[in-house]
Amino acid sequence: MTDAAEGPRESMVSPEMAERKGVWGESRSSYPVTATDIRRWAIAVYWPERPPPIFWDEDYAATTRWGGIIAPQDFNPFAWPVERPGMGGGPPRGALGGSGGGGGRRIMNGGQTDTYGVPIRPGDVISARSRLRDWEERTTRLGETLFVFNETEWTNQDGQLVKRRVSNTIRY
Amino acid sequence: MTTNLYFEDVSVGDQLPAWSRRTDFMSWNRFAAVNDEFVPFHMDDEAGRAALNEAGAFGMGNLRYAYLLNALRDWAGDEAEIREVGCEYRAINQKGDVLTVTGTVTDCRVEDGEHRVYLDVNVVNQDGAATCPGHAVLVVPSRAA
Repeated sequence: MTDAAEGPRESMVSPEMAERKGVWGESRSSYPVTATDIRRWAIAVYWPERPPPIFWDEDYAATTRWGGIIAPQDFNPFAWPVERPGMGGGPPRGALGGSGGGGGRRIMNGGQTDTYGVPIRPGDVISARSRLRDWEERTTRLGETLFVFNETEWTNQDGQLVKRRVSNTIRY
Repeated sequence: MTTNLYFEDVSVGDQLPAWSRRTDFMSWNRFAAVNDEFVPFHMDDEAGRAALNEAGAFGMGNLRYAYLLNALRDWAGDEAEIREVGCEYRAINQKGDVLTVTGTVTDCRVEDGEHRVYLDVNVVNQDGAATCPGHAVLVVPSRAA
């Protein structure tokens, strides 16, 4: 990346980013998901209305194509880890991957695209791994801007894909 | 207990039924509790102002994303599969905002043996500001199948 650094415009892509591109990080596992975790999540995201029975009523859920309770698709099985470096505030580790590194003084969440496989069910143990997938550097109304795309993949205990998230972090 | 949407019932240009929530600490704190998302600027007005939001604390993008999924699920029913949802976060969710999920069907087609419905979606606030433009892909049952 020295070429870019010596050019007329300094690249915001760090050598660390170039090294990490495409390399999957270490896999991490969730605690087993419970029906109570799912019910509470559904209540929170439907508040103040009653959540649909597919998320909490086993008898009803058994009559659907899913054959049992499933979790809302935004359910995060990595919430509430016991071990958390620094014990600081902020979202739980493991769920969404890192911001990807790179230069720029300011960072914005540019959004995400999630592709879904099989649903999460009570008893599931979800594994997650992340990688820096790609980036794009261009001039925007914010000035020199770096769009960093991180990918996080969740699979269940049977190795089935649950979710693939590609998130975009904007540095400028 | 839910109404299921069939491929034959969907046409390009169809609108999602409006799905709304008034958002404030009652919804944000519940979401923080389940997602373990205790970020000061979502919990405290002073911290929100320190994060350059003059009105104080503000809502989570993750909760708006949940609303997109909820609106799609409530529209399509339990037999549908929500295959993909993507969005960008364009505006802040202020305390007391009434957020409404909107959506328009942009395409319906059979691909790889699946009956897929494509939508443009958004989360709009009470002033009409589009806070969360995005897209969705659903796989729905067919009466012919």
